Amino acid sequence: MSKIDMGEKQKKLKAGLEYIGVDRIDGPLVFIRKTHSVGYRELVQCIDPHGNTRLGLVLDTSKDIVCVQVFEGTSGLTMPDTHIRFMGEPLKFGVSEKMLGRVFNGLGQPIDDGPMPVAEAELDVNGMAINPTAREYPRDFIQTGISVIDGMNTLIRGQKLPIFSGNGLPHNELAAQIARQAKIKGSKTNFAVVFAAMGVKNDVARFFVKSFEETGVLDNVALFLSLADDPSIERTITPRTALTLAEHLAFNKNMHVLVIMTDVSNYCESLREISTIRGEIPSRKGYPGYLYSDLAELYERSGMIKGFSGSITQLPILTMPNDDISHPIPDLTGYITEGQIVFEREMYSRNIYPPVAGLPSLSRLMKDGIGDGMTREDHPHLASQLFAAYSYVKDVRNLASVIGEEELTPLDHQYMEFGETFEKTFVSQKMNEDRTIEETLNIGWRCLNILPREELHRVTDEEIEKYYGR
Amino acid sequence: MKERIIGQVKRVNGPVIEAMGITDAMMLELVKVADSRLIGEIIKLEGQNAVIQVYEDTTGVCPGDNIYGSGMPLSVELGPGLIGTIYDGIQRPLEDIYKISGHFIEKGIQVSSLNKDKQWCFVPEVNVGSLISGGSIIGSVQETERINHKILIPPEVSGVVKSISPKGDYKITDTIAVVETADGDKNITMVQNWHIRKPRPVKERLPLNIPLVTGQRVIDTLFPIAKGGTVAIPGGFGTGKTMTQHAVAKWCDADIIVYIGCGERGNEMTDVLKEFPELIDPRSGKSLMERTVLIANTSNMPVSAREASIYTGVTLAEYFRDMGYHVAVMADSTSRWAEALRELSGRMEEMPAEEVFPAYLPTRIAEFYERAGYMKTLSGKVGSVTLIGAVSPPGGDFSEPVTQHTKRFVRCFWGLDRQLANARHYPAISWLDSYTEYLYDVIPWWEQNAGPTWSEDRASIMELLQKEVRLQQVVKLVGPDALPDSQKFIIEVCTLFKNAFLQQNAFDNIDRYSSIEKQMKMLQVILTYYKLGSETIKRGITLVKLKHMSVYQDIIKMKFNVPNEDLKLLDKLMAKLERSMDQLESTYV
Repeated sequence: MSKIDMGEKQKKLKAGLEYIGVDRIDGPLVFIRKTHSVGYRELVQCIDPHGNTRLGLVLDTSKDIVCVQVFEGTSGLTMPDTHIRFMGEPLKFGVSEKMLGRVFNGLGQPIDDGPMPVAEAELDVNGMAINPTAREYPRDFIQTGISVIDGMNTLIRGQKLPIFSGNGLPHNELAAQIARQAKIKGSKTNFAVVFAAMGVKNDVARFFVKSFEETGVLDNVALFLSLADDPSIERTITPRTALTLAEHLAFNKNMHVLVIMTDVSNYCESLREISTIRGEIPSRKGYPGYLYSDLAELYERSGMIKGFSGSITQLPILTMPNDDISHPIPDLTGYITEGQIVFEREMYSRNIYPPVAGLPSLSRLMKDGIGDGMTREDHPHLASQLFAAYSYVKDVRNLASVIGEEELTPLDHQYMEFGETFEKTFVSQKMNEDRTIEETLNIGWRCLNILPREELHRVTDEEIEKYYGR
Repeated sequence: MKERIIGQVKRVNGPVIEAMGITDAMMLELVKVADSRLIGEIIKLEGQNAVIQVYEDTTGVCPGDNIYGSGMPLSVELGPGLIGTIYDGIQRPLEDIYKISGHFIEKGIQVSSLNKDKQWCFVPEVNVGSLISGGSIIGSVQETERINHKILIPPEVSGVVKSISPKGDYKITDTIAVVETADGDKNITMVQNWHIRKPRPVKERLPLNIPLVTGQRVIDTLFPIAKGGTVAIPGGFGTGKTMTQHAVAKWCDADIIVYIGCGERGNEMTDVLKEFPELIDPRSGKSLMERTVLIANTSNMPVSAREASIYTGVTLAEYFRDMGYHVAVMADSTSRWAEALRELSGRMEEMPAEEVFPAYLPTRIAEFYERAGYMKTLSGKVGSVTLIGAVSPPGGDFSEPVTQHTKRFVRCFWGLDRQLANARHYPAISWLDSYTEYLYDVIPWWEQNAGPTWSEDRASIMELLQKEVRLQQVVKLVGPDALPDSQKFIIEVCTLFKNAFLQQNAFDNIDRYSSIEKQMKMLQVILTYYKLGSETIKRGITLVKLKHMSVYQDIIKMKFNVPNEDLKLLDKLMAKLERSMDQLESTYV
């Protein structure tokens, strides 16, 4: 027993021990030989020759050599004059409700000239896995005012629903619109937005700030900005810092937190960068084999917990490289998140906003959050019918592109018309248009009016009586 | 077991720890690392060094920390109290972890897998002086209303019963019998340990010829699986792997369900936990949770425990099989398990094979699926383990290694199709890519239980579906008008079959489960429609008129309107169909 105590005591004594000079610097990584025994993922302070402190984390530790990842980059470090101090504890982040309305860098240090808010709690940025038995199954419908989301890919409070977009598509506009319009039917609650920017352009960050300002919600938003010209390594910690604050707000302060993370592709690229420098065996497209687990650590930090009224809803944005949905980043994301909203370039060029591709988009939690008592009783069947009909439209369009539109049967012509109307009136809406769920569903029925009644297999006779043909 | 120090940490790299100064450790020994006692397993021994895979987050572990050996391999505890419990990948009950550490899972938590304080009513089934051998049943405990938990002698024990406790309440660790063996007396309790990587022994494997009835029409009628069989469900994200697994877990006619959530979403497990207790099993009338054991290792829980979770699950299943139960194991998803192997292999700097998976991947997949089977157990009873594994191929591409190797070792394949899923046609099991090798094994059972024409009817509809593919190709080139009505009618019947039969609504109170009789009758209605319809067309009636018959709408909605208990409605529908066809002919010909 005494032996163990001794060990613990020695560890504590050695915490804060500083070493002068490092043995190798490679990209964002620093290697030091002959240290005391350093803990895995221990926090490190790295003091550059000018006396400025940078933060780092132990990535690999052994008797002989320790590998440290420096978040603010290694530029300006020299081998003999760099001081390394091991802190003897994991990376923690002091969180506070006062962080709302403030702007931070990716590590959680204020960059808006204000002081660092006094921390209410010091939390490990890596978080911990939520016990599945402690989770509350999410089922509260969030009305975003956007038909194609509310009607067909319903967002649920506590869900993680990413936007799969491409360069040049209006994902930022959609995310901002959701943040502006999102509300729970018939309730007024404490809400907050945590915004994590990973490697995005300055203009994008400004767009979001402006959009929050205009709607007067800026006081409820905490921004974590690690922009394109910040060290890429900082991005690997940005979402974790942001989610740590989100967890504090949701589960200690009972707030409903919407976390917008953009752009996850940049985050993955930073991971790849570190992995390559460390000489790890790459998996698909050079991304590390643990990309799935790493992304899961982010996305799974959402949801609701029994006994707490707060929640974390995640809206990650990722740009699919070359619009390829089978690229590892969207692919792995889709396996973890509860659905996805997929953008289609072809629709955008036909001037449809939001250009949400009807068929590949999906909300997995939708089934339990819609219907009688939550939205409207016809919602589940109507959504299913719209999907089925729209899917047939796609087939007909393919057929028409081969044999020509004239050769189509009269029924197929009706489907073509349905497809047009559906895209122009249901999917398409203005960037400031806020439709209620009833409006959305009624527009859906108006589209179905184009089709003959016998084609509607997925709605019940009562629903047809009540809504069809009106 | 007394703890002993077997070495020190040398290097920490994620969940893989290198150890030095190893004195007496055995391969696959369960070890605890550092003062926080993180659970790990020795996976490589080399001179003084060892490689340890740790089942928890290793943040804060330092070189020089002690490693404690337990003297036994990573095992599960088997005994009353398993049913209805949710475990993590190494059989720690999550409910108990919740009580200790709250909403988040802290590391280094030591909890017992089974409740050691609870009293169970033990009923002896052998007498003093009985000869018993490994796997014999010496008594039973009514674990839930539905599950009678047999108390088994551990497989390595055999001899003569020297004493046995009378009927009464005991804790699982109380000695309930003493067996006189060749190596002296052995105390028998209601709990035993079993190494998760070692299959439990059986007397012999029996042929598979009874289907696992799932109540899902596309599965039972088109691609049936036998009890004791193996099946893979591959599909890209959003194609409904989990939904299919849930549907089978809910409605199949197994006695016990072991549901392994391996590297998947936390909310999915919460969904099962919330939904299963409320659902009633159509056969026993009891809650579905009363036959379910859950293993949850969600994607953000440590990766090495994900690797172990599959083995933990299948070992529990084998234990119930040894009592004479039919067990179905859902593994969702085996790709995450394979990726865990890949991640650990990468951390150990092993030479990678295809797609960076380790070269032993196919061996591991084969070992896992071979633990399925329809067995005669050591006690002479008959039980089975059916393995249903979901596969998540990257990009939905079935040519990747996990799908390909899995295909080699399973005998049934339910391929999920992206296009069907996009059209919200669920279950999105493709009738073109899927296959089953159990078909000929289960035909006798079906024909005996559902109807003598089952295999013939199934073959007819499969043939129609194949014809439709060729016709659709023609349509794609020249348009539908180029086809004669008789061929257009084939397309029409296939569309009807897809809408009215293959699609099944998991959330509809009637449609979510179809009895075999209902499936058979529905199939016959559709085939009759085809048979009579094509004759009518030959006599000159147009397709449009056929489609406008009111009975057509009835056929489409029969899955929603005819409950399993009231199949006479289907006979009536059949009669109406025949009548309508006659009327149509008499009106127009």
